[in-house]
Amino acid sequence: MIAEAGLAALWFASALAALQLVMAAIGIARGRHDVAAAVRPVAIVQGLLALLAMALLIALFLNSDMSVKLVVENSHSAKPWLYKFAGAWGNHEGSMLLWVAILGLAGGAVAIFERSLPERTLTATLGAQAAIALGFYAFLLFSSNPFARLNPAAADGLGLNPLLQDPGLAFHPPTLYTGYVGLSVAFSFAVGALVTRDVGPAFAKAMRPWVLIAWIFLTLGITAGSYWAYYELGWGGWWFWDPVENASLMPWLAATALLHSVTVLATRDGLRAWTIMLAVVAFSMSMIGTFLVRSGILTSVHAFAVDPERGAFILALLALYIGGALALFAARIGTVRAGTTFDPVSREGGLVANNLLLSVILGIVLIGTLYPIVAASFGVQLSVGPPFFNKAAGPIALLLVAVMAVGPLLRWRRDDAKAVLRRVMLPIGATLAAAIALLFIWPGVLPWAGLSLSAGLAVASVAPLWKRKLTRTPLFTYGMVVAHLGIAVSLAGMASDSAFTKETLVAVRAGEPARIGPYTVTLDGISPVIGENWSALEARLTATRSGSETILRPQLRFFANPPTSTNESAILTALDGQLYTVLGQPDGQGRWQLRLWWKPFVTLIWFGGVLIALGGALSLLGRVRRERRAAIRSAWA
Amino acid sequence: MNERNRVPLPLAGGEVLAALLLCIVPAAAQPVTPPARYANVQLADPAKEQSARALMETLRCLVCQGQSIADSDADMAADMRALVRERIERGEKPASIRDWLIARYGDYVTYDPPLSGLTWPLWLAPMLLLGIGGWIARSSFRRRTR
Amino acid sequence: MKRFALWAPLAIFALLFAVVASGLFRPAEKVVRSAMVGKPIPDFALPAMVPGKPGLTSASFRQGQPRLLNVFASWCIPCIAEAPQLMRLKAMGIPIDAIAIRDTAPAIAGFLRRNGDPYARIGSDRASQVQLALGSSGVPETFVIDGRGIVVKQIIGDIRPENIAEIAQAVKDAR
Repeated sequence: MIAEAGLAALWFASALAALQLVMAAIGIARGRHDVAAAVRPVAIVQGLLALLAMALLIALFLNSDMSVKLVVENSHSAKPWLYKFAGAWGNHEGSMLLWVAILGLAGGAVAIFERSLPERTLTATLGAQAAIALGFYAFLLFSSNPFARLNPAAADGLGLNPLLQDPGLAFHPPTLYTGYVGLSVAFSFAVGALVTRDVGPAFAKAMRPWVLIAWIFLTLGITAGSYWAYYELGWGGWWFWDPVENASLMPWLAATALLHSVTVLATRDGLRAWTIMLAVVAFSMSMIGTFLVRSGILTSVHAFAVDPERGAFILALLALYIGGALALFAARIGTVRAGTTFDPVSREGGLVANNLLLSVILGIVLIGTLYPIVAASFGVQLSVGPPFFNKAAGPIALLLVAVMAVGPLLRWRRDDAKAVLRRVMLPIGATLAAAIALLFIWPGVLPWAGLSLSAGLAVASVAPLWKRKLTRTPLFTYGMVVAHLGIAVSLAGMASDSAFTKETLVAVRAGEPARIGPYTVTLDGISPVIGENWSALEARLTATRSGSETILRPQLRFFANPPTSTNESAILTALDGQLYTVLGQPDGQGRWQLRLWWKPFVTLIWFGGVLIALGGALSLLGRVRRERRAAIRSAWA
Repeated sequence: MNERNRVPLPLAGGEVLAALLLCIVPAAAQPVTPPARYANVQLADPAKEQSARALMETLRCLVCQGQSIADSDADMAADMRALVRERIERGEKPASIRDWLIARYGDYVTYDPPLSGLTWPLWLAPMLLLGIGGWIARSSFRRRTR
Repeated sequence: MKRFALWAPLAIFALLFAVVASGLFRPAEKVVRSAMVGKPIPDFALPAMVPGKPGLTSASFRQGQPRLLNVFASWCIPCIAEAPQLMRLKAMGIPIDAIAIRDTAPAIAGFLRRNGDPYARIGSDRASQVQLALGSSGVPETFVIDGRGIVVKQIIGDIRPENIAEIAQAVKDAR
């Protein structure tokens, strides 16, 4: 019953999406104000129905309803309730439904909260949103039905992949999807603006909060995903340039560029074409990412196991939406009155450099990710991984960091190069000081450059606050400061991890100590442990550092459904780094293998990520407050 | 495609361990011999170990779903690690070890695509993109009338 | 000029789309083929695996007659499936040598007892070193090597009845 209700909700939602699209088209083409006005409530109900469908699927998983195929394939009655709940989206169909639910939610939210756009543009935006939703509803209903029944019902399910049985599953996908799919709003705004030829500061001001929200969630989602992979996979790595990881990074790069571009459009009416193009590119990257992960075209540990038929469906949707938007762009953008121009040495110039460098990095990641496919069409199998991406994108990212340091210190419209140089003296000094200091512990070229620039960026990011009354500084300026500082912190963590990590592989008996970094780790013993749906061999390790002792318990965990084993690492977090311990195999003679890492300052990577998101949140709050104050003032005037 | 006894996701637990616990049926049969010496033992010389490690992180595990041999529990990855360490120990250069593996498995085995007729667009892309982007950005700037 | 620039993104997207679409339906290469096909077999000398059967050296492939080299192990399940086909090939007069990967003598002896023994020689490759030198990436695999020690063909996966004809043909062509 619940499954049928879920399917019905999905059908109704898609019918409403079709209605929404038709009404929007009529409202704009025929100038029918009454029809256009009715689009808002339709969008809201459509969103609610999609959310309902997702809620019903979750209910099916929580109830362990083994008459539903998806539940049988991905769940088990003995699983802890958290993984039944989160397991609803730990598979292709469920995560696609989550995608669509957030898409509906985003459209509904725009319909409820967006008050500042002219009605025509808003109608066009909601129409575009409906058009996107229709394609994905069709994909779900005709090719990936999450509510398909299994007849006769199974006795029990196959269980959830043990790698996914972790609190990270409850947090990472919803956050990430809110980010990905939130960018659809920016896409729809861009299409709406192109259709109604309404590209200007008002449009940018309306779009900005939506871009910020999506970007904040995307930042958090990627940060969470990186940390989850780090502690779950047992090898101490936090980013592998895996195709699925790249699929989440590319929308983020585009969204970051969009974020900066939309501010220029909002405040200076410049960069019109860049902003529209970036809005289209950002969501296009989300859709391309969805395609890559589900089509089976690239190998990855993170990929969903799907087939080429579904991949072809998504590819067709991609052609329709991205092709359509790009064609619309080419046809319409020329007739949009060109915005104001500016000097190369100016805040706008800095932001153009920012857009440019982010786009180049995006291009490099895209080309590198797709290149194996290109090579395969010539009959050659090749692999493109960290050595390429680090060498190709690393230097450009460092250049971007330098631009990031100088940018906020530039004046709008036109600035004097000599005055700028004076303003950046202190950050340059910090960079040089760090560079010289690091020569003594030479960490390698890229980490050396990274750490030096990170010092410069940290100083430069707080520079806008100097000589200002801190209580009278707008919240969004604080947002910029915190976000850029977050980048500096994250960069420092990345460089430090890459340069100073120490690794030890030992085979020890109980009582034998092993040294790693500032710690001495002793194996006390191995004991069996039973969990909710797993059993494990747990090592009791004592980690000693200048007198203080901590107990760590890494495990080798065995699951029955499906039968697999995982490494559960045990991590000790100190102020200056992390001790990462993993239990390996026994050698048959009473010794156990231990993998130990000392990773100085590695937590800065994710702490920086959180700071970046926090900066975004401060910006959002600041902008929303300012808009509201401006609206009140104009209402009183 | 003919079936292979591929090692599944690189998380194979030892049968010895399984015997100590509740009966878990291994998904596929696993070899019963211990791994080669240098698969999980580091070289004594830290500089050599560093060099070996750097190379291992760029070599692809052939039976995994997208991991380097440094990050994999698969037996073949362990044997490849042993091969790398033994050769570095003997004084061989990382580049020559990589070339040896490429001669056997093709470019697929390295994550660092060698520059060739097929890959030059890949390596040229950063410069090319910078150039194109810079040219596009020019149009955003005001023509100096001075 | 500006006109062209505006339509360029769409053109680039169309190109990417074409590349990816063509890749989608091409049967994905899920196995890594050896790059040694057409090259001389690497030099190696493996100790004997089971008593009574000599070990394997690369020199034995340069005796003038084409031979098969079968890479297998007792813990390899598809190897059991292909054993009858190997017996058939042996019956056809094709000499077969083997390399046993990461295996022990008793296990191999048991395997041969249960599934038949088509091999003239079996080398013990404890650390997969020769397997790596051949460019083999799993078990079972079979190489056709001509009388001068050149690798002529690689069969990945277990040998099925339908493969017998092509293997026999490859051996005949290698003479």
